[in-house]
Order: sequence, then C-alpha cells, then structure tokens
Amino acid sequence: MFSLEGITGMIHEWLNNHFSPAMAMLTEFVLVGIAAIALFALLGLSLVWMERKVAAVMQIRLGPNRLGPKGIFQTTADTLKLIMKEGLVPDGADHFIFNLAPFVVMIVAMLILAPIAFAKNFQIWDINIGVLYLSAISSLSVIGIFMAGWASNNKYSLLGAMRSGAQIVSYELSAGLSVLSIVVMTGSLSIKDIILSQQNGWWIFKAHIPALISFVIFIIAVTAETNRAPFDMAEAESELTAGFHTEYSGMRFALFFLAEYINIFIVCAIGTTLFFGGWMPLHINNWQGFNHIMDYIPSSVWFFGKTIGLIFLIMWFRWTFPRLRIDQLLNLEWKYLLPISMFNLLLMTIVAIMGWHF
Amino acid sequence: MAFLTRLMFLTDYIKDVYGAVRSLLKGMRMTGYYFTHHKEIITEQYPDNRDTLKLAERFRGEVVLKHDENNEHACTGCSACEIACPNGTIKIINKFDVSPEGKKKKAIDTFVYHLELCTMCNLCIEACPTDAIKMAQTFEHSVYDRSKLTKKLNRDGSKLREGVE
Repeated sequence: MFSLEGITGMIHEWLNNHFSPAMAMLTEFVLVGIAAIALFALLGLSLVWMERKVAAVMQIRLGPNRLGPKGIFQTTADTLKLIMKEGLVPDGADHFIFNLAPFVVMIVAMLILAPIAFAKNFQIWDINIGVLYLSAISSLSVIGIFMAGWASNNKYSLLGAMRSGAQIVSYELSAGLSVLSIVVMTGSLSIKDIILSQQNGWWIFKAHIPALISFVIFIIAVTAETNRAPFDMAEAESELTAGFHTEYSGMRFALFFLAEYINIFIVCAIGTTLFFGGWMPLHINNWQGFNHIMDYIPSSVWFFGKTIGLIFLIMWFRWTFPRLRIDQLLNLEWKYLLPISMFNLLLMTIVAIMGWHF
Repeated sequence: MAFLTRLMFLTDYIKDVYGAVRSLLKGMRMTGYYFTHHKEIITEQYPDNRDTLKLAERFRGEVVLKHDENNEHACTGCSACEIACPNGTIKIINKFDVSPEGKKKKAIDTFVYHLELCTMCNLCIEACPTDAIKMAQTFEHSVYDRSKLTKKLNRDGSKLREGVE
C-alpha cells in the first residue's frame, strides 16, 4: 500500500547506510526544505486554479478553459508571466523593508508548516506544544503585511495594513479560543496526540454541539485571519485598489499572492487536524467491514481530501458573501464571536469534565 | 424590571445570531446550487459556437425597418424616431407621392441610419407610433470603411403598407 511514511523511511535508511549520521541528517534537512518549497509551488498553482474555477461556476461562468484541459495550465502561464515581469520599487519607498516584506510573509507561512502532520507518521517536527506554536507563529504574518504597507509609502497600502492589523489582532482571539476548546477535550497540545485521540471518531462528531459551534467560529475567524472575502478589508479591491500589496509587482507580488493561498491551506490543515481527525480515516463504531475499507485509503489522501474540502468551504464563503465594513467586522468579533466562543469554551469544559462526549 | 430588559436583550441577541446564520446559509444554498448544476452556466463561447449562438430576446444589435413579403413597410415618415433619438442617428427624408386622383401623400424617400452614432438605447423603437422599426440581433458590425456604417433602411421600391396612417 502507498504511504508517505514508507518513502521517508526508505530515504532515511539509505542515507544512514551510505553516509555518516550527521551527513545524513544534513541531507534530510535539505530534502525537507526542497519538499516544502515544492509543496508550496504546487499548492499555489493548483489552489489558484481551483479558486478561479469554483468562482466561475458559482457565478454561472466557465472560468479558465483555454490552456490545457479545463484550463489547468492557466496558472502556470500566469506564474511564468509574473517571473518575467520587472519588480518595480517606488521612489519614496523604504527599499530594504519593501524588499524584505514578501519574504517575511513567506517564511512565516513556511514556519507554520513544521508541526502539521500530512499523513501517518509524516510530520516535519512533532513538538509537544504544537497548537501553541501554530497560533503564535500564525499571528506573525501580520508583521509582514505591516512592513509591506508601511514601506510602500502609499496611503492605500498603509490603510490596508492598518485594517489587516486590527482584524488579525481581534480574530486571533476567537480562533485561539475555539482551538483551545479542542485542546480541552484532548488534554494535549501536541498535534500528534490530538490526531491520535480521534482514532474512534473525529472531534466534530464525538464532542457534538460545542465542537460544531467552535468549528463554525474557527472557520469564520480563520477566514478573517487569512484576509479573505467577506473579510478582505486589507485588500478591498474596490476601496484600496489592492491594499498592502498595491505597489508590488512581478515576483514580489507573486510571493504575496502565493502566501495567501499557502495560508488558506495551512489554516484548513489545522482545522482538519483539530476537528476532522487529520489523517485519520472515517471510522464508524461496530461497522468492521466499512472501517477496513476506509483503512485501505492512504492516510495522506484522507488528510489532503479533508483539507481541500475545507478550502472549498472557504472559497464558497468568498464567492457568496458581500464584504463587511470595518466597524461591522469588529462588531462581529467583539460582540458576537468572542462572547459566544467564551461561553462555548465553558460548555466544552463541562462536557469534558462530565464525560458527555462519545 | 431590570431582569426583564436583560432577558429581552438576550433574546434579541440570540434572534440576531439565528437570523444571520439563516440568511447566510440561504445565500450559500444559492451558490451551492449553481456549483452543482453546471447547466445553469450562461457563458457563450462566441467564436467557437458562432452557428449555434443564442442571444437574449432583448439583445439590441442595430435598428432595422420591418418589411413584409410584398416589400411593404409601416413607416409613415412622421419623424418621431428622429426627434426621439438623443444623438442624431436617424434622418428621415420625405417625399410626396401623387395618387391617381391627384392627391398628394407624404411618404419616406430615404430612412438614413448612422450605425456609427447609435448607442442602441431603444428610444426610437419606443417612439414609433406604427411599430415600423425594431432592433435586430446582428452584432458583427465591424467594417474597414466608416461610410459603410451609414445605412439606408427602406429597401428599393418599397412602399407604405395599405391602411397604415
């Protein structure tokens, strides 16, 4: 049976047989880096295409359909165009910060990748504070956005960056609280333990109502954190042209664009891990035959399938809902999501203590 | 009393949340329906499906004068369309037919239509008292010479239909 664990095991064994342990370790570092960059490029290309297709069909259009079957090479062509374009730096811009900002955003996205389990025993780094690490690093991306907005020396960019800051600072809270409610259930911050605790059922089913509420809050909060419509105040094409990346062009712009989609993938991967059992196959108690069939599907397929399902949900939001005004956005967080998620955390704790989950 | 107002606030709050979730789900059902029903797609892949192109009934391509099989039209030459046109697209040139009894009758000589000036606003069609002109569905109007866009709408030898005043 195909498994990513087998491939990594084979590489590890081969390297250790042919080189010294230190050399093997170093080679593995490089390989992991290359794999992460390859994953990013692949995700960027496929998610942009997916978004354009989903958007088109939801708006009763066809979407890209010229380059390759169903237009799948459209994004490759777009990327090639962006690579060849001149990366312009405005005269009044702060050159150093202006050039640094897209890399900060990308590096933050890369850092979040570390504790995510893509398949069974396929994880870059299993740290015991995985969830804390995720929420700590994911709030760093706002620094990159701020740098871009400030260094551009442009009022639209600055406004976009300020809005993005206000948004991320407030939505981080309810995202954190809804993540916490799952931590209450598992009693562990490690991603691996959280996935293993869902062996007999995913938390969204096992912890029923409070888990459902915290999932809804989580998905709203992460949509806001990734600056996507209906919370795309930071970009808001019709108001701020492109927000914080107005002045960017060529490959630097492509990095911002890529980072947006990587962030969507990452938050959906976190959602999958917390609520939908990560790479755990769908098991229904006492249905032995059904469970065996589900076990035959590789764990990586389970993980990516669930994640793409959540990504589709977020895209569905984007192409359905109108954008919120900035005051409505903050109202939603401070008057609705935060009180509800606090109450929900209390409910979750009671459920955990009384053992009312399955 | 204070307790009651607080209770009222709480019920309003819950109602707000319920109403919001309901209306959002309603919107998602609509887009979800479009996502699963690809037959709803209205895009016409124009140059590819030139032969089977379906245009909307209200599509406005250019103004034409309706002629029947006897080469007769319903234009009395009243110039209502010319007056209604906001940018001088139409020019009606009239003549006087002399009937066998020696009575003079007004009729159109040339119905001049400047396609290059027309904005397809439909005001002339609405102004016409005898319903003589209509919007056609043709739209491939590009030519190399601008003068080709100035058209004479009444056909040669056509005349006013009997009974139209």
